[in-house]
Amino acid sequence: MGVAKELIVSKIKDGTVIDHIPAGKAFEVLRVLGIKGSEGLRIAIVINADSTRFGRKDIVKIEGRFLSKEETAIIALIAPTATINIIRNYEVVEKRKVSPPKIISGLIKCPNATCITRHEGILTTFELLSGELRAKCIYCGMEIPYDEFIDIILKQLGK
Amino acid sequence: MNDLLAQFRHRDVISMLDFNRDELEFLFRLTDRMLDSINEYRDLLKGKVLAIAFFEPSTRTRLSFESAMLKLGGSVIGFSSEESTSVAKGERFSDTIRMLDSYADALVIRHRYEGSAKLAAEIAEHPVINAGDGRNEHPTQAMLDLYTLYRLKGGIERLSIGIIGDLKYARVVNSLLYGLTIFKPRKLYLISHPLLKLRDEVRRFISSKGLQFEEVFDVNEVISELDVLYVTRIQKERFPDPLEYEKVKGSYRVTADLVRRGKEDLLILHPLPRVDELDTSLDGTRHAGYFKQASFGVPLRSALLALILGGLTSGCS
Repeated sequence: MGVAKELIVSKIKDGTVIDHIPAGKAFEVLRVLGIKGSEGLRIAIVINADSTRFGRKDIVKIEGRFLSKEETAIIALIAPTATINIIRNYEVVEKRKVSPPKIISGLIKCPNATCITRHEGILTTFELLSGELRAKCIYCGMEIPYDEFIDIILKQLGK
Repeated sequence: MNDLLAQFRHRDVISMLDFNRDELEFLFRLTDRMLDSINEYRDLLKGKVLAIAFFEPSTRTRLSFESAMLKLGGSVIGFSSEESTSVAKGERFSDTIRMLDSYADALVIRHRYEGSAKLAAEIAEHPVINAGDGRNEHPTQAMLDLYTLYRLKGGIERLSIGIIGDLKYARVVNSLLYGLTIFKPRKLYLISHPLLKLRDEVRRFISSKGLQFEEVFDVNEVISELDVLYVTRIQKERFPDPLEYEKVKGSYRVTADLVRRGKEDLLILHPLPRVDELDTSLDGTRHAGYFKQASFGVPLRSALLALILGGLTSGCS
């Protein structure tokens, strides 16, 4: 008797498939998208699937949901290897490879209470220091590790 | 040389990291000229107006910028506290900058918040010089500190330098360290109370630039090795928690007794003002370089203003 090697997840008609997510990061991706499970969306989450390229990977399929530019940029921070497939009528109509942005601008307030941007009521610009996995406010110079930075983004965006 | 003149022309001075070695050495050569023969340049900036906008108190930096501009024939407008301006009525910083930009040919800004000079430079069409933004940077102080080392020690590469005091909140320390990543002294000791250690981002940056340094808590361990001891004041005004300040208050003091155990030609520098960290009994000794250091503020800032606001040709620089 053979053991089923593959996990069968049905295709989606219209929506987004996020593939090649680093193993264990699928729930963080869902958090970026503000998905808690109670929205009524049909979602398939595959954790630790086999991957020829990475050994293990996560996959998220979401029916009826497409990603904004901002969401794509933040996903690129969490899952820089991810690919995003846009599905229309069961066909892949667009394949995006995410790439971590060098700059994130106009998205969040600087967490430094003595950064001038906080007092001028403007959203700041962060430079992403990819080699060091840190984000740096281009005004006050404050540096934040990626994981904290992502938490700040999600918190400020109310996710 | 013409290239260097062009590089300075109409330029913002926000961070020491914006400058390279050629540019700084060019600035130092012109500072030498300003020291020796400022009269040759007395009409260089005639008709130009410098706005000095100090939202935070200052004596040396503000007055040396004023003097530097006046010596080149230019004029100065400005203010030296928020209380005397519309900021006290709640005016936004960016509106104040727009107004000053329309009145002057260049702006010098000091502000308690980090990033203020950078933001001002984005708003203003005229050049902006950072005269201190919160705990972040004070590049013209670092320029004159490096110039002082050139002038009084003949260079930087061979020196063993100790920087003592508030390495966490003193913006002059950040700018000086960024400058030292360019000139790379032989040895650098960062001497502080554990609570006043260098901030992680600055430590990471100077390490990435290959600056060799050692962090020590007790100046006595290294005093005999130093060629230069750069002393800083504890920046009481930048402590978010007064209790934290109480823990470090008076934690170090540079005295005649300490200096006696140093090298014969140990040079002591301090950006001033001092409180109690540097003993006045050292003032009359051969070690005291800090008043000389302060006196270089005017020629250095004259040189910088001359380069930024123009009027120099390759022949006169």
